[in-house]
Amino acid sequence: MTDPIEPNAPGRASRRAILKCAVWAGAGVLWTVSVGVPRAGVLGGTARAADLASADFSFVQISDSHIGFNKEANPDAVGTFKKLLARVRAMSPPPAFMVHTGDVSHLSRDAEWDTAQQLIKETGFETHFIPGEHDMLADDGKPFFARFSPGATPGGWSSFDRNGVHFVALINVANLKPGGQGNLGAEQIAWLENDLRDRSASQPIVVLAHMPLWLISAEWGWGTDDAAQALSALKRFGSVTVLNGHIHQVMQKIDGNVSFHTAMSTAFPQPAPGTAPSPGPMKVDAGKLRTLLGVRTVNYVLGQSALAIVDHPLGA
Amino acid sequence: MVRFASARRGALALAAALAVLAFGYSPFFARADRGNTVTIDNFTFGPNDLAVAVGANVVWTNRDDIPHTVVSADAPAGLKSPPLDTDDHFEVRFDKAGIYKYFCSIHPKMTGTITVR
Repeated sequence: MTDPIEPNAPGRASRRAILKCAVWAGAGVLWTVSVGVPRAGVLGGTARAADLASADFSFVQISDSHIGFNKEANPDAVGTFKKLLARVRAMSPPPAFMVHTGDVSHLSRDAEWDTAQQLIKETGFETHFIPGEHDMLADDGKPFFARFSPGATPGGWSSFDRNGVHFVALINVANLKPGGQGNLGAEQIAWLENDLRDRSASQPIVVLAHMPLWLISAEWGWGTDDAAQALSALKRFGSVTVLNGHIHQVMQKIDGNVSFHTAMSTAFPQPAPGTAPSPGPMKVDAGKLRTLLGVRTVNYVLGQSALAIVDHPLGA
Repeated sequence: MVRFASARRGALALAAALAVLAFGYSPFFARADRGNTVTIDNFTFGPNDLAVAVGANVVWTNRDDIPHTVVSADAPAGLKSPPLDTDDHFEVRFDKAGIYKYFCSIHPKMTGTITVR
């Protein structure tokens, strides 16, 4: 797989592997945090134990489970979700917690959320949820927030600290405007500025949001209209990692001290921008899907803005 | 005035009915003249700009394998469909001349216009 946003820069790959990212169709990404620099590796990968051993703690990002989806691109989205969660449960040492970056359900139905919630509960891992636009289809998302983030602010956004890392969970799928993209809104941005105001610039920040906080495709609406205002509040921090879902494929970008990462879906892949007439579910047969499984290594050298990305397909 | 009609499933129809009642409109569920159709395909409303006569019905049909909605782009909200899954329909009767701009609230890049005259 190649990344249409950030071309490969293999020259940097050999120097110092600080940040490794994984591509795993239908699976998740394991994140570890060590000395403030989040690192990622494929679930079940052989390098995991070493990564975890040197980590202060780890957490798992899952995204876009779309429980309820049953179309050709994956008639069994529940089944692939279960397989992912089984991999997480098999991790040793286990992650500290999980984050779900939205589109838990496909159609905001209680039965869909029930299924997801039960399966996640069975893992025993504390899990932080933010909604995707598919979770906002009933009563402006109120049923989602009541079920998955009852302790959040009335708008649904929240923050928490873990092992010295500050996590900010943003909502950019509410009150979407005609012709627009993701939307944070003035109230949430003011809250974010206040939430960050008294924090040390040396504290690592992890931002969770469903839609990408950088512009990936204007044509497909893969961006957030007022992301720049939120990012300006994050500028002074030395380590900011933004984790998104929504586009069902891994893409990365580094901008100064901010690194952006979109995640794979556990349900179905979507095409890269410009490769299909629409961003609808990408239909591939089972064999083809297997060839899309793979690992991606991303080497991030502190103090340098360039990403070095190497993709490793797993094959059959 | 805008009148709403059937969605595919009872639950969706009920949701549509409740949405309509909230705006003071009377829902009806009989399928009427099918001449004016908007097909949702590849994240696009087609035709993107449809002109109809006063009193005409317009039926939206989702042919994508991802849900979409039909929601008024201008305040006050007059159009508000439930989520339309694959092959779901949403039908509206337009009783008053005007330009009705709408969008998909899930994929807001998707916009369209019904011109009633």
